[in-house]
Amino acid sequence: MTTGATQEPTSTASLDKASPPGEPPQTSHADAASNGRPKLVLGKLFDLHTVSLLGVLAVLCLIGGITQGDKFLTTSNLQLVLVQASVIGVVTVGMTFVMIGGGIDLSVGAIVALASVWCTTVATQDFGIGGIIFCALAVGLGCGLVNGVLISYGPMVPFVATLAMMVSARGLALEITGGSTQMVTVDSVLDLGRRDSYIFGIPPLVIMFAVITVLGWVLLNRTTFGRRTVAIGGNPEAARLAGIAVKRQRLMLYALSGLCCGIAAFMLVVLSGSGQNTNGNLYELNAIAAAIIGGTLLTGGRGTIIGSVLGVMVFTTITNLFVLNNLESAFQQIATGAIIVAAVLLQRRSASQQP
Amino acid sequence: MNGMGRRGLLFGGAAAGAGVLLAGCTSNESNDGDGDGDTGANNQAANNDEPGPAVTIGFAGPQADHGWLNAINEEARRRADEYEDVTLEITEGSNDTAQQIGQIESLVNSGVDVLVVLPADGRSLTQAALSAMNAGIPVINLDRVFDTPQAYRCWIGGDNYGMGLNAGHYIGERLKDVDGAKVVELSGPDNLELTVQRTQGFDDALANYPNIEKVARQAADFTVESGQSVMSGLLQAQPEFHAIWNHDDDQGVGAERAIDQAGRDEFFMVGGAGSLHAMEQIQADNGVLKATVLYPPTMAASAIDLARAVGQAKGVGGLAEFEIPSSITLYSAVVTKDNVEQYLPTGFN
Repeated sequence: MTTGATQEPTSTASLDKASPPGEPPQTSHADAASNGRPKLVLGKLFDLHTVSLLGVLAVLCLIGGITQGDKFLTTSNLQLVLVQASVIGVVTVGMTFVMIGGGIDLSVGAIVALASVWCTTVATQDFGIGGIIFCALAVGLGCGLVNGVLISYGPMVPFVATLAMMVSARGLALEITGGSTQMVTVDSVLDLGRRDSYIFGIPPLVIMFAVITVLGWVLLNRTTFGRRTVAIGGNPEAARLAGIAVKRQRLMLYALSGLCCGIAAFMLVVLSGSGQNTNGNLYELNAIAAAIIGGTLLTGGRGTIIGSVLGVMVFTTITNLFVLNNLESAFQQIATGAIIVAAVLLQRRSASQQP
Repeated sequence: MNGMGRRGLLFGGAAAGAGVLLAGCTSNESNDGDGDGDTGANNQAANNDEPGPAVTIGFAGPQADHGWLNAINEEARRRADEYEDVTLEITEGSNDTAQQIGQIESLVNSGVDVLVVLPADGRSLTQAALSAMNAGIPVINLDRVFDTPQAYRCWIGGDNYGMGLNAGHYIGERLKDVDGAKVVELSGPDNLELTVQRTQGFDDALANYPNIEKVARQAADFTVESGQSVMSGLLQAQPEFHAIWNHDDDQGVGAERAIDQAGRDEFFMVGGAGSLHAMEQIQADNGVLKATVLYPPTMAASAIDLARAVGQAKGVGGLAEFEIPSSITLYSAVVTKDNVEQYLPTGFN
C-alpha cells in the first residue's frame, strides 16, 4: 500500500463527510494538508482555531496580570501551570489521535488510575524506577490494545468498548489497592518532581510533556500513520476502498492512547508521590473537552495536536487563576463550561468563514 | 506472509513475557515483613465481655473505595471476630442505592437479629431502614444519618463540626501569640454537607482568636491528585502563612508532595481523619504535619458493640442505663506528637 494511492480519494471523501446537510461546507486545513500541499504546513500550525485559542490564553494572562500581577506573572507560577498541565496534556495528545480517527476513548482516566496503581505496588517498587516505568507503560499499552481489539475485531462501538474498559479498569485498580493510598518509596521517582531536578528551570515533567507533544505533532503531520488517521476519521469506507487497513489503524490508535495514559500515569506518580484508585478522575471528559476546544471534531477527520495542547493550557490557566484569586470551585466549573461553549461557537463561525 | 508470521511470533512472545512480569507486580505484600499488618487492632476492651446469647449481625456499607471506608469494614470484621457469641453477615459494599436497598432486604430475609448500616446516601436508604425496623429488626445507623430517627434504634458517627472546631482551636492555641497570623484552609469537596460543617466549625473556632485571619480557602476532592494540584496553587497564591488545615489525610498526601516540591516549610499543617501515614509523619516530626483531627473508623467496631448489646438486651458497660443510647457522636481528638503512640493502631491505610 502506497501513501500516494490513499490520499486522493480519501480527502475528497472526507470533504463530503465534513459537510452535514444544512451547514456550510467545512474545508479545513487538515483536509487540505492531506492533499500533500506543503505550502499549507505553516498555515496549519497557526490556523484560526490556534490563533483564537492563543487569544483566549492571552486574555486569561491579562486577567491574571491585572488581578494578581505579583503572583501570576512569575517563573514559579509558569512552572506550576505547565506542570499541572503536563499529565492531562499527555492524555489529551493520545485522545486527539483517537478522535481524529473518528473514535472516542472514555477509558483514559481509568487506565491512568490502573497504571498508576499497578506501578506503585510494593512488588513493583522493589524493581526501582525502571520497574515502575515499565509497569506503567505496559499496563497503559495493554489496556489500549484491548480497547483496540474490541473495537476493530469485536467489532464494538468505541463508546461501549471504552466504557467497559473504564468501569473494569477502575474496578481492577480498586481491587489492587483495596482502597488505600500506595505511597512511593523510590527516591529517584520522588526526586523527579522536586525543584532540584529542574533542568535550566524546566521541570522534568514539562520536558516529558513537550517531547510527547512534538512526537505527536510529527506523527500526525509528517508520517503515513498520521495521514491514515485523518483518512479513516474523515471517511472510513473511502479509506478502506483506498487500501488502508482501517481495522489495524484503529487498533493502533487506541493502543497509542493507552500508551499515552501509561506515560501520564508515571508522571502522575512522580507528581503525587503515590498511586491511588481515584487517580485520573474525569480525565476522559477533560481530555475530550480540551481536544474539542482545540478544534478537534467529535465526528473525526480533523484536529491538531497544538490546538489540543492549547486547550489543556486554557483549562489549567483558569484553574490557576481561580486558586490565585481564592475563588470558589463552583464558579470555576461554571467558567469552564462557558469557555467550552464560547470556544466551540467561535470555531464554528471561523470555520464557516474559511474559503 | 512469512515475515509477518515471524514478526507476530516475536511480538506475541514479548507480549506474553511482559504479561507474566506484570502479573507478578500486583502484589502489595511487603517482602521485609513490615507491611500493613494489623493496623486497625484496637486493644480497648470490648464492653460486656462475658458471652451472652448468640447474636447475628448484618452489616451493609458502601463500596470501600478509599482508605477510611476500607478501615470501617476491617474494624467491623475484627470486632465481630472478638466475640464468640457474634456472627457477622457482611455484604459486598455498594455505592448504588438500589443495590444497597436489596442487600438490606436480603439481610432482613435471612433473619439477622440486628442490622448495622452505613448508607451510601442516608436519605435514599431511609425507607429500607424503616421497613427493617418495622419488621422488628433494630438498626444501628453508622455515620451517614437517615432522614428520620424512626429509621434507627441508635445512630453512631463522627463529628464533622467538631473536627473543624478542634482543628481551629489547636491552630489558634499555637498561634495565639503571633500578631497578624495567617491561616489557610484546604477543604474537601464543596458539594458535601460534611465539608460545609467542617469549615463552619473551623471558622467558629478561629473567631475566638482575633489575631488570626483565614486568608484563603480552596476545595480539593479527597483525592491525592486534587490535593497536590490545589495545594501547589495555594502555595503560589500565599507566599507566606503560619498554618494550614487540610480536611482529609488522603488528599493530604498530595498536599504534602506539593509542599515538598515547592520547598516550603515556614508553616505547620493540621490534617483530618487520621490515616496511618499522617500519624507516622506526626510521629517522625520531620515535616510540616504536626497534628491531625480524628474521624475515627473505630466507630464501626463500636457499632458492632452496640448491635451486640441491643441483640442481648444489655446497656453500655460503664453507663447507668439499662439500654444503649439513641445517638452517639464521637469526639474528634487532636492527634499530636505527644499522644500519637496511643492512636497509631487506629490509623488506616
